Amino acid sequence: MTERPHLAVVGAGPAGLAAALAAAARGVRVTLVDAAGQAGGQFYRQPAAALGARRPKALHHQWRTWERLRDGLDRQRSAGRIEHLTDHHVWCVERLTGDGTFGVHALRGPAQEEGVTVRADAVLLATGGYERVLPFPGWTLPGVVTAGGAQAMLKGGLVLPGRTAVVAGTGPLLLPVAAGLAAAGARVAALVESAGPAALLRRAPALAGQPGKLAEGAGYATRLLRHGVRTLARHTVVAAHGTERLTAVTVAALDGAGRVRPGASRRVRCDTLAVGHGMLPHTDLAETLGCTLSGTAVRVDAEQRTDVPGVWAAGEATGVGGAGLALAEGHIAGRSAAARLRGTAPDPRGWAAAARSRTRLREFAAALDAVYAPPPGWAERVPDDTVVCRCEEVTAGEVRGAVDRLGAADLRTVKLLSRAGMGWCQGRMCAPGVAGLTGCPLTAGRRPFARPVPLGVLAALPESD
Amino acid sequence: MTKRLTCDVVVVGAGMVGAACALYAARAGLDVRVVDRGPVAGGTTGAGEGNLLVSDKEPGPELELALLSARLWTGLAEELGPAIEYEPKGGLVVASTPGALAALRDFAAAQRTAGVTAQPVEADRLRDLEPHLAPGMAGGVRYPQDAQVMPALAAAQLLRASGAVLHTGRTVTGVLRTARGAVRGVRTDRGDLHAPAVVNAAGTWGGDLAALAGARLPVLPRRGFVLVTEPLPRRVRHKVYAADYVADVASDSAALRTSPVVEGTAAGPVLIGATRERVGFDRSLSLPAVRALAAGAIGLFPFLERVRALRTYAGFRPYLPDHLPAIGPDPRVPGLFHACGHEGAGIGLAPGTGRLIARTLAGEAPELDLTPFRPERFDTEKGGTP
Amino acid sequence: MNPLELARARPGEAFTVTFDGRPLAALPGQTVAAALWAAGVPAWRSTRGTGRPRGLFCGIGVCFDCLVAVNDRPGQRACLVPVRPGDVIRTQEGTGRDDD
Repeated sequence: MTERPHLAVVGAGPAGLAAALAAAARGVRVTLVDAAGQAGGQFYRQPAAALGARRPKALHHQWRTWERLRDGLDRQRSAGRIEHLTDHHVWCVERLTGDGTFGVHALRGPAQEEGVTVRADAVLLATGGYERVLPFPGWTLPGVVTAGGAQAMLKGGLVLPGRTAVVAGTGPLLLPVAAGLAAAGARVAALVESAGPAALLRRAPALAGQPGKLAEGAGYATRLLRHGVRTLARHTVVAAHGTERLTAVTVAALDGAGRVRPGASRRVRCDTLAVGHGMLPHTDLAETLGCTLSGTAVRVDAEQRTDVPGVWAAGEATGVGGAGLALAEGHIAGRSAAARLRGTAPDPRGWAAAARSRTRLREFAAALDAVYAPPPGWAERVPDDTVVCRCEEVTAGEVRGAVDRLGAADLRTVKLLSRAGMGWCQGRMCAPGVAGLTGCPLTAGRRPFARPVPLGVLAALPESD
Repeated sequence: MTKRLTCDVVVVGAGMVGAACALYAARAGLDVRVVDRGPVAGGTTGAGEGNLLVSDKEPGPELELALLSARLWTGLAEELGPAIEYEPKGGLVVASTPGALAALRDFAAAQRTAGVTAQPVEADRLRDLEPHLAPGMAGGVRYPQDAQVMPALAAAQLLRASGAVLHTGRTVTGVLRTARGAVRGVRTDRGDLHAPAVVNAAGTWGGDLAALAGARLPVLPRRGFVLVTEPLPRRVRHKVYAADYVADVASDSAALRTSPVVEGTAAGPVLIGATRERVGFDRSLSLPAVRALAAGAIGLFPFLERVRALRTYAGFRPYLPDHLPAIGPDPRVPGLFHACGHEGAGIGLAPGTGRLIARTLAGEAPELDLTPFRPERFDTEKGGTP
Repeated sequence: MNPLELARARPGEAFTVTFDGRPLAALPGQTVAAALWAAGVPAWRSTRGTGRPRGLFCGIGVCFDCLVAVNDRPGQRACLVPVRPGDVIRTQEGTGRDDD
């Protein structure tokens, strides 16, 4: 009797769950490795069990889909086909020389101090994404949080950051965040979106192909109206104010070219600013494995295979496109991996519906990307004394100096000469800002450790075969 | 040839060695341009630790170059100090066994005769110098001349101080020569630069540049990983390493040898490095390499066990078969000067190298005898030092 | 309305932790950051360079702005670490480690 092939799925959000379920249903042993205490990822983040939430649905959208995923996971776990490792923070996936299998190296527990390695025949990376926030004066003040961060704290911890919030930036995440905060009892003083309605209209054909998505947006808009939330399209937050914590923001109107209209700014009192400018994929594990990236996302083929044998990727890691796209990609990736692990070629006809959905949702995501681009000129508006690298406290002036005075011309050299990106977060937070300020292209940073690793864990790594 | 000259000297390579050559050549009154296919400090310089070491060198030409460089670094630090994060912190070499200590003491005694300050430290005094050092060490030697810079900043600041015109992102595709074979400039992917002298400071790619001029220079890459921890208060005060480091530098072994240098930095993180592996230009992560670094560092400083590494990076140290750099004019190609192949010591040896090159460019006698560094030395039958 | 009501939560009994010596009530299941937010505390770190206050930013463990010392262990991400009865939570100053 031969042992069933073993697939490690990294990430238990929509993509990872869809992949794990698809693969497990086809006879593959799956280990689902995830950093959170419960499955769901960012989109379906669940309140901690001890909080006893009897109606978590009130915090979520597309709850039916979640129930299907959750019940599927429960069934496959009971049947012993999926092992779900929670609180496992993967810091590196290693392709073992010799047999071509993989070692998934993780840190266990919220403190991330204990090392554990999962061996697998193949790996499926569903590592998701994180929020892009561009710098502005005051963005380091306590009370300024990412839009996704405010949502994560609400969904997972059932807490609000403050009493009066402004939600600002650009992108499709802002609407649900504003609606969620308002529903949970926060006063949302304004939703500030830099894109204008005209930009949405220009992309109307691509967007109209997704009536469900548009209805979803309209639903949020209705909820915002019900809560009396003022939406300021083609506006931007140019500064956050306060000394020890946020007390107000300055909101300015933008002209058709995305520049601040002189004299058209106002101060809005608030203790919370939830801000975001879109999402970026988590690609560290893929890059260290040697997978080719395209732009800032992992490149995959029609089966969601990367160009490294035995490594699949799905969801935001392969390009930001939302939960629906992640589900479609995850499903295809899981089926492909199952077939390939059993030594057969998969039949794409089996996932035709998912493939159609993938095509449509990728087009939709591309259209949204074009609509929700950060307004031109944002970088020139950042004064030299604004901190850009939050970890190392490197200012915009120092970042500019690395280019103007010291001759840097790419993100890595800017980092070496200014320390922007050398700190705890390894440039995840500041890289988009630094790229914008310097005109250097935004490239995925090379981060062999996807998260900090205690030296004791490194020293105790198993000897390679 | 009546073509107008662009400048007096073209330095190929905007790393630490190229920057030092540009600085001293400019200070000798020459009009200098620096060209690099990548950014400033984009090669070995941007992937090193910034070791300015005399402690790891046995008496001989490399040590003489290191001592000259150490003096020059002191002067540069007075000009540029904080901007290059220069720290004259000194080195502390420790031995864990009486046997290793005896070898270390002998080594230090020989170094002293060559002008190195090397102070024996008894076992019970080690923790006065390094309070967090592991207990049970047999003893050590302190080297006050060892120092530290932030290498990328040092290269960028020296280039800036040189006033040389900098062409980054520009690849040299050929070395222009007169009918009689003398250098008359370089061809790049964005036009020619005409000069009667070209300095090869291309580091790991120095062999390729020499080949463009028709000369053989067998520069090879040796991979080194460095680990960087979370920021900490200053808990490691010196450059601290175990005595087997010394034996390792000249090793011809292709196998991984563990010889971590552990040190704090002005910016907070502790640096641990570097491994030495001969694997060509393979940048992919080697967990066995970082595992060895981590284990070695914890062996020296047990508190590091619970400290987190934020990142690791690999660089390629350029070396020549006899582990000495190539410095000076190439008699095979008049006008071509070499300044490359410094292995893991290029940051430390850069000012001395730059000064020797500037002297020879200006037609003056260099401070050191260049014979051991002559670039054509590998043209003999066997390839080793004749 | 508040989030607990919205989700019709019936959390376990609140317990006490301290933040910089001050007692706070926390709920089982909350992270350290959630407990601090619920208590109206927006900042629990001061930066290494300029000593500026910081608190939660990304909320999902990526940015490391919310580093805090819990039971004398510095460098813990408040957004990830669950709060436990009796936890001694302290503002993380600089690296969070005592200077020698």
